[in-house]
Amino acid sequence: MQKNIILAGVGGQGILSVAYVFDNAALDAGFFFKQAEVHGMAQRGGAVQSNLRYSDVEIHSDVIPEGRCDMVLAVEPLEVMRYWHYLKPDGWVVTSITPYVNIPDYPEIDTLLADLAAFPHMVMVDTGHLARAAGNLRSQNMVTVGAASNLLEFTEEQLLKHVEGLFARKGEKVVAVNRKAFLYGRAAGAFFRALVDGGLDAVKAVKLCSKIKPETMAVALAPAWVERLRNDEALLDTILESGSDVSAES
Amino acid sequence: MSKEILLGDEAIGLGAIHAGISGVYGYPGTPSTEIFEFIERRTKKKGDVHAFWSTNEKVAYEEALGMSWAGKRVLVCMKHVGLNVAADAFMNSALTGTNGGLVLAVADDPGMHSSQNEQDSRYFAQFALIPCFEPRNQQESYDMMLEAFEMSEELAIPVMVRLITRIAHSRSAVTTQSAHPQNPLNPTKEIKRWTLLPSNARVQYAHLTDKQPELLKRAENSIHNELELRGKRGVISCGLSENYLRENLDEDHDLSILSIRQYPMPAEKIRTLVEHVDELLILEDGYPLVENTVRGLFGLIGTEVKGRMTGDLPRTGELNPDLVREALGLPKLETAHSHTGDIALRPPALCKGCPHTDSFKALNEALNTFEDPQVFSDIGCYTLAALPPLEAIHSCVAMGASIGMAAGAAHAGYSPAVAAIGDSTFSHGGITPMLSAVQQEVNLNVLILDNDTVAMTGTQRSMSTGRALDDIVHGTGIDPEHVRIIVPLPKNHDENVKIMREELAHEGPSVIIARRTCIEAIKGH
Ligand SMILES: Cc1ncc(C[n+]2csc(CCOP(=O)(O)OP(=O)(O)O)c2C)c(N)n1
Ligand code: SF4
Repeated sequence: MQKNIILAGVGGQGILSVAYVFDNAALDAGFFFKQAEVHGMAQRGGAVQSNLRYSDVEIHSDVIPEGRCDMVLAVEPLEVMRYWHYLKPDGWVVTSITPYVNIPDYPEIDTLLADLAAFPHMVMVDTGHLARAAGNLRSQNMVTVGAASNLLEFTEEQLLKHVEGLFARKGEKVVAVNRKAFLYGRAAGAFFRALVDGGLDAVKAVKLCSKIKPETMAVALAPAWVERLRNDEALLDTILESGSDVSAES
Repeated sequence: MSKEILLGDEAIGLGAIHAGISGVYGYPGTPSTEIFEFIERRTKKKGDVHAFWSTNEKVAYEEALGMSWAGKRVLVCMKHVGLNVAADAFMNSALTGTNGGLVLAVADDPGMHSSQNEQDSRYFAQFALIPCFEPRNQQESYDMMLEAFEMSEELAIPVMVRLITRIAHSRSAVTTQSAHPQNPLNPTKEIKRWTLLPSNARVQYAHLTDKQPELLKRAENSIHNELELRGKRGVISCGLSENYLRENLDEDHDLSILSIRQYPMPAEKIRTLVEHVDELLILEDGYPLVENTVRGLFGLIGTEVKGRMTGDLPRTGELNPDLVREALGLPKLETAHSHTGDIALRPPALCKGCPHTDSFKALNEALNTFEDPQVFSDIGCYTLAALPPLEAIHSCVAMGASIGMAAGAAHAGYSPAVAAIGDSTFSHGGITPMLSAVQQEVNLNVLILDNDTVAMTGTQRSMSTGRALDDIVHGTGIDPEHVRIIVPLPKNHDENVKIMREELAHEGPSVIIARRTCIEAIKGH
């Protein structure tokens, strides 16, 4: 077994915290791992990435070769595009759909999402929505950890232990927010896939997820939603236009 | 024994602590900064390792040499271009030799992720005639430190450990050992060795050259220089590039491989390999040092040497597993998605609310009465003002160069000669050219961007900020009327433009200090 993950985002979004959680989980699990990161100039709001590799046999290169990447995990949707040519044929993209716009020529978000949605092995989560619900917009990075966790070799407990460890210094409240962010991300990632696997278009699926109360998301409820949206074409627009979030159970 | 997750830089730091250092010296610089910071953090409680950033790399090297002179082990660390600044002390320390073990950890930046060039420090080790280790992973970074200190003490010679960005900033688990105790204070008794008058220096240089066969012998027999002969195609990999090679090979490959991680180059092992193969690919991050040496001026008879000089690998930039794969003649791996062209770039930028933004907005306006004004500048966060939207500075060469270059341009008749320099860069390399300019009464304007910290490299403590900076500036002998202090804030914009215009109009040296604390530094404290 070997997993190669490219973590992508913008300087300041907390890519290195994402790496911290996976590094420590990999060490606990007895895997070999290497994780190359970017320090210095690019951290000032530039595009940053980290190459994370873990394996049950020795790892050579600190950087992931083109064609050997199992997952691009992005805290920002545009950043996926810089790295997805590294993905192996059955590789996955797990991405936030919340844009971080700090450049004048940021692409039109709907076009961007449509481009991403066309990729079959895709998990999209609205990290802005989920992090806000968890209590702090800055926990978007932990949302992506949760969303990716469904596809990795670690248990929920193994990862949560290090989410907690990472924020312990900042006090119980911050720990609680980030725990929640992780769990919401984990639920939202699974719910999104269940919708898409049930036949719902990926853009519609993620838009729906953006309006659902994260604490109510459950894979078992997805088929009913696919069914309802299929039967009622106007339903999604009605939900998107309404001011408040809906429960997945409703 | 315990296991820790460490960056390559941190592994170097922990290796040095466990080797029993009494001090660490350095000046920040990506990708080397985390070596010092780790040691500082790790030893703070116990307080038994002197760890205080130096004003520049030359000072750091000299402080380290003094600690070695006193019999203690010491680490000095810097980025590759920092070694240019420290070069005078460094080169001569090879002649004086060491008393307590002295190791120089220098981090090169192939690919120029955060640097002005990609010079290769292995040339400096060769130039100074000292040994050099080049770890390929985090464990080796740790282990080699112990070895480097032993060697430095045993042979009384400074030892270099060369890192590159890719190992400096990559993490893995490292198994650590128990710590070596620190050396007692034991100043050298060999006065002549440390007094490089020509008569002594000749003796010392002969000692240094006499040490060379021993250094070569050690490299030949080193476990870090591994030769495995298989088929007729050969590869020499230096340091970390071996990882890129192995990434592309199966266990039963038929290449003959020499991995080099300790210098001077193991000549016998290279000869054995060359005689065994028909074709030789050389992999090294940085300059083609081994490649050019092996090929020589005229090439090898009977063996084709391939590498950066032949176009099999790019002449410049960082290596990676894909480039090595191509050079090995292996097909590209299949991918799920092809490269998306023309993705909007996301260059680094000054933080929101950064004091430098307000300083440069004012400077841009103050200069708008001149035709195409060019501003000499320097290295730090403020270098980002070269990019849109500010586009306020027009040079960045070497720490402190803004002032010297502005003076030279002024001598040539260029006006207005404006230099913009950060507070830490000023103490690093700006004080001496400032003194020169004041004493020569050059017509130049120096804008010192005092944000109270060394921001670019992570908000370390600055040596010349606030009062200390003002005193240094006045100490050059400048007319106090032409030392002005402004607070770069949007509400002061008009006032600041006015002050700048007044000083631009003045014939002679003037200094404007723009003083406001960096936003990141405020957050961090
Ligand atoms: C010789 C050398 N040493 C170190 C560096 C790394 N370096 C680049 S900028 C900088 C600090 C700049 O600090 P300051 O001048 O105060 O500017 P600020 O970043 O705070 O705006 C350092 C240490 C370098 N480029 N060259
Ligand atoms: S770190 Fe400080 S000096 Fe650098 S851009 Fe940000 S606010 Fe400005």
